[in-house]
Amino acid sequence: MLLKELSSLTSPLSDLQLNQLQQAIAELNPNQLAWVSGYLSGISQGGAVVATGAVSAAAVSAAPAGQLTVLFGSQTGNSKGVAEELAASAKAQGLPVQVKSMANYKAKDLKTETHLIIVVSTNGEGEAPDDAIELHELLGSKKAPKLPDLKYAVLALGDSSYEFFCQTGKDFDERLAATGAQSFLERLDCDVDYETPAKEWGDKALKLVSETLTLSVQAAPVAQPFAAPASFATSQYDKKNPYTATLVTNQKITGRNSQKDVRHFEISLEDSGIQYRAGDALGVWFENDSELVDQVVKQVGLSGDEQVEVDGEKVSLRQALISHYELTQSYPGFVEKYAEISGSKKLAKIAADKAQAREYANSHQILDILAVKKNVSLTAEQLIAMLRRITPRLYSIASSQAEVEEEVHLTVGMVEFESEQGDARSGGATGFLKRLEEGGEVKVFVEHNDNFRLPANPETPVIMVGPGTGVAPFRAFMQERDAQGAGGKNWMFFGDQTFTEDFLYQVEWRGYLDSGLLTKMDVAFSRDQEEKIYVQHRLLENAAQVYQWLEDGAHFYICGDANRMAKDVNDALVKIVQEQGNKSFEEAEEYVSELRRAKRYQRDVY
Amino acid sequence: MSYQPKPSPDNSLDGRALSDNERIKTESNFLRGTIAEALDDQVYGGFSPDDIQLIKFHGLYQQDDRDLRGERKKQKLDPRHSFLLRARMPGGICTPEQWLQIDKYAQERTMVGSIRLTTRQTFQYHGILKRNLRPIFQGLDEVGIDSIFTAGDVNRNTLCTSNPVESEFHAEMYELAKQTSEHFLPNTKGFADLWLNGEKVASNEAESEPLYSNVYLPRKFKIAFVMPPQNDIDVHANDISFVAIVRDGELVGYNVLVGAGLGHTHGDKRTHPRKADDFGFIDKKDVIAISEAIVSVQRDWGNRSDRHLSKTKYTIERVGVAAFKAEVEGRSGITFAESQDYKFEYRGDRIGWIKGIDKKWHLTLFIENGRILDFPGKPLKTGMREIAKVHKGDFRFTANQNLIVAGVAEKDKAKIEQLAVEHGLKTEDLSKQRENSMACVSFPTCPLAMAEAERYLPGLVTQVEGMLDKYGVADEHLVLRVTGCPNGCGRAALAEFGLVGKGPGRYNILLGGNREGTRIPKTYLENADETQILDELDSLIGRWATERNPNEGFGDFTVRSGIVEEVVVASRDFYA
Repeated sequence: MLLKELSSLTSPLSDLQLNQLQQAIAELNPNQLAWVSGYLSGISQGGAVVATGAVSAAAVSAAPAGQLTVLFGSQTGNSKGVAEELAASAKAQGLPVQVKSMANYKAKDLKTETHLIIVVSTNGEGEAPDDAIELHELLGSKKAPKLPDLKYAVLALGDSSYEFFCQTGKDFDERLAATGAQSFLERLDCDVDYETPAKEWGDKALKLVSETLTLSVQAAPVAQPFAAPASFATSQYDKKNPYTATLVTNQKITGRNSQKDVRHFEISLEDSGIQYRAGDALGVWFENDSELVDQVVKQVGLSGDEQVEVDGEKVSLRQALISHYELTQSYPGFVEKYAEISGSKKLAKIAADKAQAREYANSHQILDILAVKKNVSLTAEQLIAMLRRITPRLYSIASSQAEVEEEVHLTVGMVEFESEQGDARSGGATGFLKRLEEGGEVKVFVEHNDNFRLPANPETPVIMVGPGTGVAPFRAFMQERDAQGAGGKNWMFFGDQTFTEDFLYQVEWRGYLDSGLLTKMDVAFSRDQEEKIYVQHRLLENAAQVYQWLEDGAHFYICGDANRMAKDVNDALVKIVQEQGNKSFEEAEEYVSELRRAKRYQRDVY
Repeated sequence: MSYQPKPSPDNSLDGRALSDNERIKTESNFLRGTIAEALDDQVYGGFSPDDIQLIKFHGLYQQDDRDLRGERKKQKLDPRHSFLLRARMPGGICTPEQWLQIDKYAQERTMVGSIRLTTRQTFQYHGILKRNLRPIFQGLDEVGIDSIFTAGDVNRNTLCTSNPVESEFHAEMYELAKQTSEHFLPNTKGFADLWLNGEKVASNEAESEPLYSNVYLPRKFKIAFVMPPQNDIDVHANDISFVAIVRDGELVGYNVLVGAGLGHTHGDKRTHPRKADDFGFIDKKDVIAISEAIVSVQRDWGNRSDRHLSKTKYTIERVGVAAFKAEVEGRSGITFAESQDYKFEYRGDRIGWIKGIDKKWHLTLFIENGRILDFPGKPLKTGMREIAKVHKGDFRFTANQNLIVAGVAEKDKAKIEQLAVEHGLKTEDLSKQRENSMACVSFPTCPLAMAEAERYLPGLVTQVEGMLDKYGVADEHLVLRVTGCPNGCGRAALAEFGLVGKGPGRYNILLGGNREGTRIPKTYLENADETQILDELDSLIGRWATERNPNEGFGDFTVRSGIVEEVVVASRDFYA
């Protein structure tokens, strides 16, 4: 976000302060700006105002021979968090470092880099997160630069229950190696409980960086400009230190004949001081169902009263399984480990085939895999050694603080299915939220997502595509646009199974249409007629208008299912540009890429 | 003929503002409003408030499942809007081919799935989502059925006694009923474009409605044809009833009864049910001309300021019978002759097989609440479908919400009988009491409903059967009717024991109508709850069983014994 686009509504500054700030920076050239950003960062992190002259002298005189650049490609904010922590740690050690989103990084600068650390996640089907798409593509293309002097290391984040585990990280590793750059530390592929291994790898990496950097750089500490934190407000609450909030409302918002149970949750942040913006996500820590825990311990011949050690503390196995270990999401490694311990031939066979193991782990919970082999007795240690740690789930926030103030709203589809034996199974976090009564406590934190923001200019039109629970951030967008009195046109595409049962927030959408805030709404209900109709069909039906909106500067947003919907909508978008703009397929793709570069095409997909 | 139509002889309405419905009609461009635009709106399942009034003229009522209203509000969902479609079936005659199509569309395009027979000899669909309206109009059109003018401020579905037994007269009277129905259809051609072709209607074509004008009638209007001694269509529920007069084996003409109606409004004692006035006898060739004159006088003289007082019955009360009748004679050029003698004896249908004078068999099926649907153990809808597949005659819907399988040849009788029995359409254990009990739809779909009706009646009848049995009169019956609001679809205001919904679980008890339907009952007890209703029934049936004269009906008994005063002039006597 550019400062000139800030307003007191979206920043913690008053109008007066903003004004002064804007005036002060109006005259600065890019170098001066970079210096000021480092200066301010130093003040904010060091807590003391440094004499202007001294800092100036140090900064101008010290042109380091080498520096560390940490680039992240992040969809949900995890990679960004790791990268920023790494950079903070580097800075604390006195290393010259900058940290950037790949989306804000100019590829030509790679040639001047000496040390590069890539922290990148992978989307569902092995593709790069949105802000990494361009750099990822460039490095894999013929236009990739030669980088013989670069030292690099890659930290990959992923989820081993997906087929293309850490694929984007692997790609970066391979592609950088192909440019002639040298890896100074072996790539680490992190699973969902990435924090501890990522930290250890980061420490190792910084040690290696400092060893090589100090050889080439003057000993004097350098006030190298740091990228300012991308998010406007920080809170004392984060993933490791979540806020214990109160659930105010737990309301099913699908009709009684719906095939789905989608819920609207309202959570009070009270006096936490937590601030979020439309587009951010809320991290939710959860506890496993104690009944499920009882079944798991019984299955392996334990009582639950056994003592185990978690983070250096002794707790009962039951408590460990409720609060610390993942029981609802399995992963291929579990299948493999349990096949070994139990001697189950069936599981061994499944584990032997990676694709099958992944598929199996995806569709079976821990209890159901344990149940494959009867009468297996495990020790408590054996059991938890096979399990991964609970990780919080992230949900796109469905509210704007301009409207709901100290609340945060979520739109969550309950994960509910039957095991092979016909037992009811539910998702870890969704089950927890569903069980939670109004007044109950839930640990939450905000994950800022600068890759999903309303246009800074309230007059800019927006097109929103949010079927199913993908509707959530757009509810927040509308609340925000409403509060801003934004004059820009808004066009919503929503879809789900049926009109009568699954039209999430129907009353609110109709209200926005009536008030004129929402300019146009198109809906697609797949099961209301013989042929399946989805949002992309509605987009194509409105091709001429969609293209006109884009030509008029509209921002285009997608939220929801990454595997099929987001791809189909992207294809529809390219087709619309191709046909309506009389372009070749390549030209249309370039048009869409340009939208993405200009941050006019943003996605929040999962 | 150069008769100049006269304006209303009284000036009590001068200077009063018109009701909002008059504005809606005037602005509607001959009942189109913004219906076409609303049909294309994917986001809202209903119509605008103005259009909601207009779609009635097209045979549609906007409703929602009232059981779900509160729940859906919390779910941030609109009420589950759906539509009732009331078909136009003059005299209630339908072919097996039509039935199969009606059945198919009930199955495929409505949420409720039922075919609901009504007290106006037609059927209704319940639970049509907006997107299914056009397909249903198209499907019905394929077999020649429409729903135009089955609701709204116009002449609605024309009734005709279901009497296949004396079939020559019935056929003749049915033809006249059908002609009358068609005579009062709209001139507007735009309806087909709107519903069948889905095209926006050009609004600049020159249009006119000579009969109705662009404001139509002040209120709904009902015409019926009846063949004494059967009063199945309830003459005293219609604006005009033509009572067939047969002399020497010939249908010579009709007595014309004008100005009846059962609707009233709780808390507004200016409103009340009203019996018709007998204007006199006319030749059968003059039926349409007289109808048109009566409609036109009501169109011009009716109250357009207050919809509670806008029906023909109040116009007649306001201006007097003589003035109204004279104007009808003036406008039609026809003079009423003296009324001919006739006598009504009963209102119920003759359930079961009966042989007509044409030697064909007719099977009247009792359909509880008129609801044809597959119930557990009673697959009525499947049964009707199977019958329709083999039946060579036709079907007749009765004004008592029953259905006649008419014109069955001797050789086909056994097959029809077998299908009817197999599917629970014909049962042995049906009591006279159940045959003579009736309820309107009410909850959950009717927006006007104040108390349960259709869902309450079956259990209530079982209780009454028990009382009749207890007092040793199990073969007797009383005309028992429940209606969910005072609008009167269930015709409780012509019952011997009527319940008019007032609030959840609360009813006004009407007592003292007679079996043949020629006396309005009186408000006997207000706001009765179920216990009070059952106590009253038990005590009244007990007294009737022991104290009645030979063959004395329940209603006549309650009046003669002084339990309730006779209603002679309803405007004066109806309320307690």
